[in-house]
Amino acid sequence: MTTGIRTESEAAGLAPLARRGEATGWQDKPVLLRLLSIALFAGAWEIAGRIPVSFAFPTFSDTMIAFFGLIADGSMPSAYLSTLQPLVLGVVLSTFLGVGLGTLCGLWRTGEWLLIPVFIVLQAAPVAAFIPMVTFIYGIGMTAKTLAVMILALPVIVLNTYKAVRNVNESLLVMCRSFLGTRWQTVAKIILPDASPVIFAGLRLGVAAGFVGVVLAELLITPTGIGDLITFHRSRADYAEMYATIGSIIALSTLTLVFLQWIEVRVFRPEKRGT
Amino acid sequence: MRDAVLRNGLKPIPAAVDSIVEVRGISKTYGDVEALRGIDLDFPRGKLTSLLGPSGCGKTTLLKIIAGLISADAGTITVDGKQVSAPGPERAFVFQDFALMPWATVMRNVAFGLELRGIGKAEREDKARHYIAEVGLAGFENKYPHELSGGMRQRVGLARALSVDADVLLLDEPFSAVDEQNRRKFQEDLIRLRTTQNKTFIFVTHSIEEAVYISDRIVLLSPRPGRVSRIIEPEVDRSGDPERIHRDKHYLDTVDEIWQGLKQYVD
Amino acid sequence: MKIFGYRVPMMASLLVWCIVWEIVGRLDLMLMLPPFSDVLAAAFELVQTPSWQGATVTTLRAFVTGMVLAIAVGIPLGILMGRSKIADDLLGMWVNIFSSAPLSAIVPVLMILFGFGEKTIVAAVFLFAIWIIVLDTRAGVRHISPSLIEMARSYGASRRVLYAKIILWAALPEILAGIRLGLIRGVKGVVIGQLLVAIVGYGALFETFSRNFRMAEFWALTIILFAFALVIAELIERAEAKVEYYAGARQ
Repeated sequence: MTTGIRTESEAAGLAPLARRGEATGWQDKPVLLRLLSIALFAGAWEIAGRIPVSFAFPTFSDTMIAFFGLIADGSMPSAYLSTLQPLVLGVVLSTFLGVGLGTLCGLWRTGEWLLIPVFIVLQAAPVAAFIPMVTFIYGIGMTAKTLAVMILALPVIVLNTYKAVRNVNESLLVMCRSFLGTRWQTVAKIILPDASPVIFAGLRLGVAAGFVGVVLAELLITPTGIGDLITFHRSRADYAEMYATIGSIIALSTLTLVFLQWIEVRVFRPEKRGT
Repeated sequence: MRDAVLRNGLKPIPAAVDSIVEVRGISKTYGDVEALRGIDLDFPRGKLTSLLGPSGCGKTTLLKIIAGLISADAGTITVDGKQVSAPGPERAFVFQDFALMPWATVMRNVAFGLELRGIGKAEREDKARHYIAEVGLAGFENKYPHELSGGMRQRVGLARALSVDADVLLLDEPFSAVDEQNRRKFQEDLIRLRTTQNKTFIFVTHSIEEAVYISDRIVLLSPRPGRVSRIIEPEVDRSGDPERIHRDKHYLDTVDEIWQGLKQYVD
Repeated sequence: MKIFGYRVPMMASLLVWCIVWEIVGRLDLMLMLPPFSDVLAAAFELVQTPSWQGATVTTLRAFVTGMVLAIAVGIPLGILMGRSKIADDLLGMWVNIFSSAPLSAIVPVLMILFGFGEKTIVAAVFLFAIWIIVLDTRAGVRHISPSLIEMARSYGASRRVLYAKIILWAALPEILAGIRLGLIRGVKGVVIGQLLVAIVGYGALFETFSRNFRMAEFWALTIILFAFALVIAELIERAEAKVEYYAGARQ
């Protein structure tokens, strides 16, 4: 526990399959139990909605009906079209920039000294406060939303990449040296492959942060996409529609993360395959 | 070398006729700890020499200095007449913790030394396949390290070292992370490989039995500071059934003699 | 381990960035970026204004209330999930979903459920912080060596004693790690909540400063907020270091 810098990624990402490994184990549970869990959740929601706990608390069934209604009238698909563009763009840019910077900082001491503290601060601090500022500079368009995604996603990607590169398996480095590997070969054939699972876990966290960023940007500054759909239905007191929209973005982000984890296990961890 | 006169009727060692590795005046200090002091050693070509001693005697440090992985504070290492201070193609290392790439198959791990030298895929895989068979892993080419037992993993490490055609193989306690049964089998295989491969082996171990079982020559190191205390050439006949060696009188006598000498260093 | 070697130089590099900021600010390249010295001066004035003090009290109160609730609910929930397989099977999935979900999307719901006031902020802090506390507590309880629990049983520990004297303490390192991460998330929650509600605490101040282009004050507030987040993380890390004392010996 004493190694490395303690940031959020440590618990949530750096050891995603070790320390929090059991926490993610629910994906391996039998489908039946998961369905039961969902059914219980839906049931509790339905009952709470029927009591009702609040005038602004629709039942589960109303929310589901509203969800399909939003899909049928095309408002949700078009909202996602406008939300996903900056999200994907921001995540892709953060990936290239973050993995690049993180690798650089991991290999190059001066870069590490200059940049890592900045990203540690950005990681621990509530950078969401910058989002209104971004609108000021770039207006309420695609650029501002993309930047909002990047502000939140970049630090976690940089720090995970950096730590993965720094904590590369020492004995493999020695092995590579003993078999006369050049510096370049060491980076390309040992450091990057060895770091790739942790880097990918960082990307997963980056995607989760990107979802937060894009939703926040849309709620705060640019009334478009999913954020606008939420705000619009709230203003018209269509609570079922509002809940359906919120539920859909949470579901989408969860499915994306599960899919990324599946890829991680498939591609980067041969030792975890089939287990 | 002054302690190298043997009792118990074992023959004193003859001067090394043709030594491939020459160690002269090697010293190494870590902070306040003097790991090695003034080591002079010759390693005869084509023989298996063990560096044996209790923990803290600097045997692994010496091996890594010979490998060029650690730099010495003083002294020189000469391999085949050329002074060396960095890893070179004439030496290959087998690691205690195997040092296999978990993301690569047995084939790629074994061929890795050749891959780093820029040898084409077909050629290096042919060669790797040969040595994979040589260490008894034929059929496991496409497995990943995590699918193999500890003993099999170290066989991969050995095949990797063999495949780069080095004259000198440096083995750093290769069996310490291998379970007892596999270790025995592996030691037998090593005795066989030694006769077929015509290479010089330098072998670090803390097991007296292991050293006497497989070595042509044993260098006993004493700890704090690490120095050469004795050199022994066990007269063990390894020609027949390897099982038989464990009951050989010379084998048992030598093990006992070394133990008597090392006892004083055990806390 | 490495970080302690870098502690001093790390701060030094932040100073370098402050100097760069000062230079860029003085060059007047960007309207958004006043010189760092102006920001510091603004911060100094800001902390003396009643509006900042009022906002800080409101923010802190909401933050502390939310955190206390998150810890008070999160730890028992985590222990329950760590000890009971049924609870784990039923709740684990949802805790995992919410721990990485874009919770900012839920804040509008909180706003209509709890009104445009402090209660919403408390709820936001709670919602942001609790999941990681649950997850880490659960992991901590799961990692307790079974022989430790069997030891307590064999010496006749009652259920209550088992939980109070063994399980809670054995899982403490992970629980503290969870609380530290929860605090960092809680700070994010309070800021996001206030930004979205926009009429409470710092959210209102951010709104005012950015609408009136008072950039020095905007940055000053941001820096104060960042400093607050870092100090909290640092404090809890100190506590963790103490616990690590025996956590290291635990293996």
